[in-house]
Parts: sequence; structure tokens; C-alpha cells
Amino acid sequence: MSKQRPVLLQGGRIIDPAQGLDTVSDLLVRDGLIEDIAPEIVPPEGTEVIDASGKQVVPGLVDMHVHLREPGEEYKETIETGSMAAAAGGFTAVACMPNTRPPNDSSGITRFITDQATRAGKCRVFPVAAITRGQQGENLTEFADLLAAGAVAFSDDGLPVKNPAVMRLALEYSLNFNTLIISHAEELELSAGGSMNEGAVSTRLGLKGIPAAAEEIAIFRDITIAELTGARLHIAHVSTAGSVEIISSAKKRGVRVTAETAPHYFSLTEEAVEGYNTLAKMNPPLRTERDRKAIIQGLSDGTLDAIATDHAPHSTLEKECEFQLAANGIIGLETALPLALEILVGEEGFSLSDVVRLMSVNPATILGIDAGTLKAGSRADITVIDPEAELRVEEETLFSKSHNSPFLGRTFRGRAVLTVLAGKPVFDAGRR
Amino acid sequence: MGELRARHILGISYLDRDEISFILDTAVSMKEILERPIKKVPPLRGKTIVNLFFEPSTRTKLSFELAAKRLSADTVGISASTSSVVKGETLIDTARNIEAMKPDIIVMRHSMSGAPHLISRYVRSSVINAGDGTNEHPSQALLDLLTVRERFGRLEGLNITIIGDIAHSRVAHSDILAFTKMGARVTVCGPATMMPPAPDILGARVCLDLRDAVRDADVVMALRIQKERLGQLSPFPSEREYARQFGLSRAVVPHLKKDAIIMHPGPINRGVEMTPEIADAVNSVILEQVTNGVAIRMALFTLILADVQKLG
Repeated sequence: MSKQRPVLLQGGRIIDPAQGLDTVSDLLVRDGLIEDIAPEIVPPEGTEVIDASGKQVVPGLVDMHVHLREPGEEYKETIETGSMAAAAGGFTAVACMPNTRPPNDSSGITRFITDQATRAGKCRVFPVAAITRGQQGENLTEFADLLAAGAVAFSDDGLPVKNPAVMRLALEYSLNFNTLIISHAEELELSAGGSMNEGAVSTRLGLKGIPAAAEEIAIFRDITIAELTGARLHIAHVSTAGSVEIISSAKKRGVRVTAETAPHYFSLTEEAVEGYNTLAKMNPPLRTERDRKAIIQGLSDGTLDAIATDHAPHSTLEKECEFQLAANGIIGLETALPLALEILVGEEGFSLSDVVRLMSVNPATILGIDAGTLKAGSRADITVIDPEAELRVEEETLFSKSHNSPFLGRTFRGRAVLTVLAGKPVFDAGRR
Repeated sequence: MGELRARHILGISYLDRDEISFILDTAVSMKEILERPIKKVPPLRGKTIVNLFFEPSTRTKLSFELAAKRLSADTVGISASTSSVVKGETLIDTARNIEAMKPDIIVMRHSMSGAPHLISRYVRSSVINAGDGTNEHPSQALLDLLTVRERFGRLEGLNITIIGDIAHSRVAHSDILAFTKMGARVTVCGPATMMPPAPDILGARVCLDLRDAVRDADVVMALRIQKERLGQLSPFPSEREYARQFGLSRAVVPHLKKDAIIMHPGPINRGVEMTPEIADAVNSVILEQVTNGVAIRMALFTLILADVQKLG
């Protein structure tokens, strides 16, 4: 391997909540590691100097919930295209869910995913392995073997673990490895046949709804089992006010539970489905304005620990069809940071440090990966944000292989303009 | 002079009060044609209307077909299996293929809400929604308006009570929207398991007691209990209990206003939603609804094609 040139990011606002840092400084990267942060660093011989003035320099973003579709559905996304979309969105690490074809329930598939990610070299990819074989909800997968192959957590995401006794076994067994169980919380009997949130808009559109209770019952169930077993539980894609309340009260009792929400739950409501817009169809569904406000409150008071995109690429085949037949999910990697900047910082008074905590520090901590800080000596995974740079969301500007975004046609102000992975620029908005 | 601005008839929700009145007025003159010995007029000669039915239907399909023939349009009926996906063809492809044969209007029924809306974005012909899933059935609501207006001479201020599976009925959905738009008050009644999650959004009041629900009603409409939907997770314990709780029978008659009329979109399950003597009573207008259906559909065809001609 040829030696990389050192990189000096000059004059950027360095935001690193892990060190309590928010200051204008230089940052020097050498040999893939962060070497120094100081007000004025003299670049060593052969250094690539990048002007970061007027920009924010933050730890590389971490998305703990994406679907990269490989193996099996490469027409929607590959690990390579998904990694590129991640880099373009400012992410240097993603955790990919196991609902591929076949599902990631064995060490061979886990290794295949990490190998493909290494080959692409645009973003670190941490596989989340299935809790149960074939995601069938019956027999546990080989946790030890999967962890050895590189898995960082376990989830049957896309499907809930239907049988509470199986969930209990998974949580108990996770204690042997101090690993994490991620719950896709959905009571299928209650959500069956539904294709959007149950309420005013579903009534107007004549669509069968999915009640908030379908999510809340399942979250409550899994939290109760986590409490019973003392294991670590993470709740994926929280979408309702009631869910936030249930998680908040569990945290107060000391249950080892963490939770994430997705950018669409703090930026959109069920109204986006109007006109049978399949680009606003996902599971859990977009909820009401009251829920949206509660999600923002949960992010602000720490009930919700992380923002994760639930990046779910689908081709036009799965989206240009009858609403009830359309696949659930939207892409999110490239619009997550712009949405957080627009809504949370722009409208709701969050600080940039808050956003970095939600999109880097906390997910890194929950997954137990070495990311989320710019401390000297740590991996040089860095994201440079330009609050003035524009992102036009159009099919041609997206790096993801699929374009199923409800934000198509929108222009955002504020985005990642440079993404550095282990000291190497992997995305540069100025050089596309 | 009224006008119909929409190119497609996808639902009552897209029509305003003036447009609805204009359609009803037009239907009155169409109805006059139906009374003639020679029931055929030439305005749509050379026009082609495709009836694309993805769900079984007898009366609605026949009604659209007769309406087209009375106006001298050519009609073709296609009964596609619900899921063209099974054959590997998407709904959009099916529609584009039909479109390529240059029809003027596609009348469509589909088991999924929003399917005609989807099609309307891909074809140049006008699309008439003949029932989409649990969403709307606009021509049924229009014929119901016409029937009631004929009886009472007005719609404003009337009390309409609809009984049955409101949550899953496209007829109820369109009727609630239509009657409230025209200034009537709508009450819905039935087991709570059959009420929509947000009835107030549509403008309806829920009353769970049949006697209370019909007391002030000028119009009492019973909906068909879709037996094919019963079975697993049935919203009521038995037909027997439904008939006793919500069926219209002689026992309900003392609670009705004297001049109240009885309606039903058909086909009737006699003995479930209503007893035979109620269905055949003098104040039942069920067969007038059927006649008015043809008139309403003639009006829609005429207005749409007139409109398209105006657009050039």
C-alpha cells in the first residue's frame, strides 16, 4: 500500500462533542489517524492542505440502520453504490440490516458483506446479523460465529421476532457476548393489511391503516423482556408519540434500552401520502404532526439516542404501482444530514453538537465501534459540512442506485461537502 | 351554465358543489331520453369507451355499458383478473396498452384504493372511477344524490343515515362526501367495528344505536354486508345478531319519519340488511336508484367528452 499524503483541514469549526470541543482550529491527519487539533498547524512536507474556513469539521457520521440489498437485490442497491451514497451523505460508517436474499444469518454472508465493503472502500460497513435463522423467528443464529465474522448487532429487521419466548432467548443469549439486539417493533396481527398510518388521511384515502398501537405494543413487549433479562435492547425506527413515552419511562426505570428514529419521522407526516404517493410509503408509516413533534422532543431530551436513516432502496418496479402493492421504504443516506440541519438546527434550535451526537457519537457508542470522535490518535473518519452548500435532490444527483425519495425535487441548504475515510477523501462535492 | 372542470372522475372529493349540481341537472335531461320509445341519441357516435373491470360486477358494468350505448358510443368490456401482476404485467402496462388502442374514456373498477388515480397519470383518455378498493365510488354517490333530490326537491338540510360497514364501503365514503357537500347532514350507524377511524374527517356523525340513528332521518340507506369479507376476524358475531341489531325491519318502522325513504346500493342480502317487506315497501327507492344510475353515467360521459372537445 502506498503511503497517504498527510491532510490538513485549515480553519474549520471543529465540533467534537466527545471532547467537548467547538472551536475554529486546524486539524492534521496523518497515516489514516487524527494527529493533532490546534489553532495553527504548520503543514508538514507534502501535506494536502484543504481550506475548511466557513465550514464545520465533525466526526464522520454513523448510520446504524441501512439496507444495502446485497446479496440478492443488486438491482436496487449494491454495497458499492450504497457506500458511495453514504459517503456523499457524510457517513463514514453504516450498519446494514440482514434482510438480504439470502438473509445475513451465517458467517459466510457476513464476511461477504465486509469483503465487498472493503473492496468498495468508500465507507465502513458493519453487518447486523439476523437474530433467527432465515429470519424465520424460530431458531437463534450462531451469535459467536457471526460476531467473529464481523457482525456488530443482531436484528430480524424488516420483520419483528413474533414469538416473545424467542425474543427472550435472544436477549438472554446476547448477554454472553454483551452484544446488542435491535428490535423491529411491530405487532403484525394489528398492522396486517395496512399500508399507511391509521387516522385522518387513511380515512380520506380509503386505505387500511396501521395503528400506532401496533408499534407501541411491540416496543412495550420487548422493553419488558429486556427488563426481565437485563440485556441490552435497541429500538429501531421509532415513529409515534406513544413509543417515545414508553421508551422514556423505561429509561427512567434503568432498563438498558436505546432507540433511534429516522429523518422522515421528524420531517414528514401522513399528509405526504396524499395522492397515493408511494414515495411516502414506509414501515412504520409516517404519522401525525403530534407524533412528529414528540419525536423531535424525544431527540431533544435524550429519549431517542440516534438518528438512523432506514435507507431502503427500491426500484421503480416496486414503487410505480398500486399503493397497497408498493414496497415499504425510502432512501435516506443522502438527505439525512440536510434534513437534520434544516429541521432540527434550522427550525427546532438544536446545536450542531446535538446533531453530531445523534448522528455520530451515540450510534457509534451503541454499536460499540471506534467512531464518533476527532480525538488525537483516533481513526481519521471526518465529515466536512458546508452550511451554505446546496443539495438538489434529483435522480441524476443521487449516488444511490435507487431514487425512491419523497424529497425528489427539493433543494436543501447545508450538506456534507467532503468525507474523509481513514485519512483519505472519499467524497468531495467540489470534484464530482 | 355549469361546467365540469375535471378531465377524470376519480372521486367526489375532487368535485365541488357547482360541478355536482351540473352533473345532476345534466342527468335529468338524460333521464328523459330513457323514457322515450327509441332510447338512443347520437352525441357520442364514433367515441370509444372501455370498461376495465378488475373486480366482478354485474349492475355497475351493465349500467355504464347501457349509458354508453344510449349515447351511441362504442363500448368494449374487459374483465381482467384482479391481479395482472400474476400474469407479470403491471397495471400501468395494461393501461398503456389499452391507451394505445385510442379509447376516449376508460371506466375502471379495481380492488385497490387509488388504482384509477395511478392510471390517470399515465393515459391521455379520461378515467372514470367505477369503484376503487375501499376508497370511492363516485357515480354511485351521484345517482344517490339524484334519487334523493327527485324525491325531496332539494338536498340542503336533509338528514341522511347510512347503516353498515362504513369503514370498508366505498359507497359510504363517496355518499358521505357527496351529501355533506350538498348541505345535507350524514349520520353513520353500525357496529363500532365497522366505523372508520376518523369519521369526522369525512363530515359524518357516528351513532351506534339504530333507533337513534334513524329517528330524524329523511333518507335511510342500508349497505350490503359483504359476506365474502366475513369469516376470519369477522366484525360482528353472526348474521343473525347483525340483522337484529342493525337490520331494517318492521320493528324499526315506528321510529322512522313518515316520509323517510329507504335506499340500498344493491345487491341486497334480503333478511340481513333489510327484510323483504322493507326492500319492497312503497317508500323504497332502490329501483329508482338503478334507473338513475344509467342517467348519471350518461351525464358523465357527455360532460367529459364535451369537455375534452373544448380542450381540442
